[in-house]
Amino acid sequence: MDLRKTPLNQIHKELSAKMVPFAGWEMPVQYTGIIDEHRIVRKKVGLFDVSHMGEIFVAGERALEAVQLLTTNDASKMVDGQVQYTLLCYPDGGIVDDVTLYKFNEQRFLFCVNASNTERDFEWIKENVGDIANLKNASDSFAQLSIQGPLAQEVLQKSCNIDLSEIKYYHFMVGLISSAGTIISRTGYTGEDGFEIYIPPEEANRIWNKILDDGKSYGIKPIGLGARDTLRLEMGYPLYGNELSKDTTPLEAGLARFVAFNKNDFIGKKSLESQTKTGIKKKLIGFKMIETGIARHGSQIFNDKKPIGEVTSGTMSPSIGIPIGMGYVEAGFSETGREIGIGIRNRISKAVIVTKRFYNLQHKL
Amino acid sequence: MDFPKELRYSKEHEWARAESNIVTIGITDYAQDSLGDVVYIELPREGSTVTKDETFGVVESVKAVSDLYSPVTGKVIEVNDALIDSPEVINDDPYGDAWMIKVEISNPAEIDDLLTADEYKDFVEEEK
Repeated sequence: MDLRKTPLNQIHKELSAKMVPFAGWEMPVQYTGIIDEHRIVRKKVGLFDVSHMGEIFVAGERALEAVQLLTTNDASKMVDGQVQYTLLCYPDGGIVDDVTLYKFNEQRFLFCVNASNTERDFEWIKENVGDIANLKNASDSFAQLSIQGPLAQEVLQKSCNIDLSEIKYYHFMVGLISSAGTIISRTGYTGEDGFEIYIPPEEANRIWNKILDDGKSYGIKPIGLGARDTLRLEMGYPLYGNELSKDTTPLEAGLARFVAFNKNDFIGKKSLESQTKTGIKKKLIGFKMIETGIARHGSQIFNDKKPIGEVTSGTMSPSIGIPIGMGYVEAGFSETGREIGIGIRNRISKAVIVTKRFYNLQHKL
Repeated sequence: MDFPKELRYSKEHEWARAESNIVTIGITDYAQDSLGDVVYIELPREGSTVTKDETFGVVESVKAVSDLYSPVTGKVIEVNDALIDSPEVINDDPYGDAWMIKVEISNPAEIDDLLTADEYKDFVEEEK
C-alpha cells in the first residue's frame, strides 16, 4: 500500500530527515538524532509535524449528547474553548481510541484522534451517533503542527495575532498564525508547555518555515517521531497500539480518572462498572531497569522466573540516562517498589516498578 | 560517509583491520548512521571464541536493536570495555575509539573473503 504523505513531506526530506512508515504515513523519525531532538524540547523548543493525526467534527443540536454517549469522560463539565482528554470504548470496556476533545460550544465539538485509528473511529462514531449528530471526518482539511518546549509561547507569539498567555493549559482559541486561520490549543504529548495548531494544508509549508525562522535565535529544531516517543514515554503517557488497545480497558491502563461513572450512560459503562467491582486482572506499570539491558515492546515480564506480563514500551530515557519502560502485569504484582525481571534476549534482567511519571521523579537535564 | 581504504568489510556492516594474525573489529560509519544514537552495547568476554558470520554481541540505539556479526573466526584477546560505559562513541568515532574486539584468527584467508572499501561502498549504495 502506498504511504500517505503530509503536506510537509518534501520539506522533511530537504531537512535530511530519516523517513519511516508510521500508521500508514511516511513520517520523519529523526532529523539530527533522537537524543539531541529530545533535549531541545526539554530545554528550548521543538517543532513537530503531526499532520497524520485525524480530526472529526461532531455538530448539531444534540452534539453534546452524542459526545457524552461516545466518551468515558464528562464533556458536560467542559466550558467553551476547553480541551479534554477522553476515551472511546467498546461495550466490553476495551478501548477504541484515546482522543482529545475540543468544545467550541454545546453544538460543535472536534475530536483529535490517532492517525492509525482515524477511519475506524469515524465509522464507530457514525455507527453509534450518526442518527443524532452531524459528523464530518475533516482530517484532509487540516495540517497539524505541534510546538513544544519551555520557549514555545515566546516563539509562536511572533506569528500569532492573539495573546497566547490567555490560553490556559488544555484550552484553545481560534486565531491567525501568519495570517492563516487556525485553531491553537495549549496541549501536547511531551510534558512540556506548548501548542498544537490546526492549519489549512496549503499553508503548512509557509507556516512551518515561518515558525522555524521565528525560533532560530531560540534554538528551535524540527523534531521527529522518535523523540516524540521518548518524550511521551518519560511522562508515562500511553500510546494507542502499545499501552492501549481493544483488549485493555481504561481501568487496566490506569486511566480511571478519565472515566466519569457518575454521568449518564456511555458506551462501555456497564462493563467498566462491573470491572470496578470484580477488580482488574492486569495493570499497566512503569519500571526502570536495575541491571543492564533495554526492555523493548514485547519483552516478557517475570516474577522470580514465572511470566507475569509483557512490556508495551521501552527505551533508554534521554533525560534520566537509564532504561525505562511500561508494561502490563498481573494485578497482584503491580505495586510500586516491587522488583521484577525483564526478559532481554536470553536472560532475565532486574527492574523495579516505579510510578509512570519517570521524568518528574528525576532531576531536570 | 566514510569508507577507509585500509579496512575490509562484511555485508553485515562490520569492519576488520588485520595486523598479522590479529584482527580488530567494529561497525562501519554507515551502520552507526543507520542505527542512530547508540545507547547500549554487549560484547563477548576476553578469551571466548567468535565464529565467522555468527553473532558476537548486540548494539542498541534509542529505537533499534541490532546483532553484531563476526567477520572472522578466532579467539577474543581484547575487548574495548570503555565502550560499554560510553557506547555513544560508536556514533562519534566508529573506526577509531569505537573498535569493539581484537581477535586472534586461525584462518587468515577469511580476511580475503571480506569486501574491499570500494566493494563495500558499492554494496551500501545498492542497499540504500
